[in-house]
Amino acid sequence: MLITLSEIKQISLNGVWKQNSSLVQILGMCPLLAITTTLVNGVMLSFATLLVMAFSNFFVACLRNFIPYEIRIPVFILVAAAVVTVIDLGMNAYMHDLYLILGIFIPLIITNCLVLGRIEAFAAKNSPLGSALDGAMMGVGMIWTLGLLGGIREFIGAGTVLGGIELVIPGTSALQILPADYPGFLVAILPPGAFICLGCLVAWKNWVEARAAQRAQLPPPAPVAAGGCH
Amino acid sequence: MVTIKEPTATGMATRTSVILVLFVAAFTAALAVVYTMTKPAIDASAAEEKMRTINEVLPNDLYDNELLADTLTLPATPELGQEDESTIYRARLKGEPSTLVLEAVAPDGYAGKIRMLLAIRANGEVAGVRVTLHKETPGLGDYIEPKKDKNKTRPWITQFNGLSIEKMPTANEWKVKKDGGHFDSIAGATVTPRAVTKAVYKAVKFATENRERLFAPKSAKE
Repeated sequence: MLITLSEIKQISLNGVWKQNSSLVQILGMCPLLAITTTLVNGVMLSFATLLVMAFSNFFVACLRNFIPYEIRIPVFILVAAAVVTVIDLGMNAYMHDLYLILGIFIPLIITNCLVLGRIEAFAAKNSPLGSALDGAMMGVGMIWTLGLLGGIREFIGAGTVLGGIELVIPGTSALQILPADYPGFLVAILPPGAFICLGCLVAWKNWVEARAAQRAQLPPPAPVAAGGCH
Repeated sequence: MVTIKEPTATGMATRTSVILVLFVAAFTAALAVVYTMTKPAIDASAAEEKMRTINEVLPNDLYDNELLADTLTLPATPELGQEDESTIYRARLKGEPSTLVLEAVAPDGYAGKIRMLLAIRANGEVAGVRVTLHKETPGLGDYIEPKKDKNKTRPWITQFNGLSIEKMPTANEWKVKKDGGHFDSIAGATVTPRAVTKAVYKAVKFATENRERLFAPKSAKE
């Protein structure tokens, strides 16, 4: 079953912007709060989640006609957990250096209800290719959001950007933006800082949308306030 | 025409549970296959990792023996936080006892156990400490790993180098500054260094008190 260009466009736009997992669906808050202390951490966790979501969406979409409705949730969790474990083992065995960086994040992904959410909302009803793309694009949306969030928190909290980049690309180092004797602002690094920054980002996105709607002479969309899970 | 029978409760329960069992069996089998396929590669990289870490705590000029062959297996040792058997590597220089490389566990990290590798010279001085496994908060408590420590010239974990029970005899000195001791810590993340410091102290004390026994030249298998 192939996929049309307009579908690709729509799925991508939804994942990256319109249905952005962190800013609109407000899903997966637990890893978001814990991990986005630096830009690199945020991007790396999102990248690992992207892999898991693309593969688990794909498998569920392939199997969707064989899964009875009544037991779909246990089967979805089974599929997602299996994909996480396979990625964990595979990365440990064949990409050990990357595993040393991403390793602690991978088991965390199974706690991210975004994975289950996309399986239930998209993969259970759509073709395998579209579902894999949906998972990947949700991951891309997460990469830029969590990267931005991590970057802001890192900048405010420690005065640097790209801390830990040397683990990913050897030979590079973090950029010290503020003077080296910047005392740091601990709240930004702690979980409450993540909530405050995220709130600002959600407000910014709503503002951008409202302005765009105004320009188009359309009624603005209802402000988003989705009730996420944790 | 075919009439569709209303499914009975037992019939439906049987059908769905059979399907669920099939799914579980299939995915468990897939995981078992992946596990056995990846195990050799994972073991190999773990061993390589271990040798690399040993080389980090143990300066090369401190030994000339075959390190992985001169080992001693300890039973469960509470002083090292070990609930199971653990292995000690014994470095010797020209046949003389030089350094003990042992593994210790801090049971009270912020997020569970912190495992570390210590090299302790025959004179009781710490040659090096490295954290090998931990789950401390990324970006906060993980500065116990030199790789993640922002202070590159003098990473936190190197504070232990050169210290011994002889130089710092009281347990109170072997604490973070916040608790009135000798060691720095980063504000907002003291649980982690506190746990590490305590475990290092206990391990150094253990190694100093049991020096003769730990260096005794019989191999683990005898």
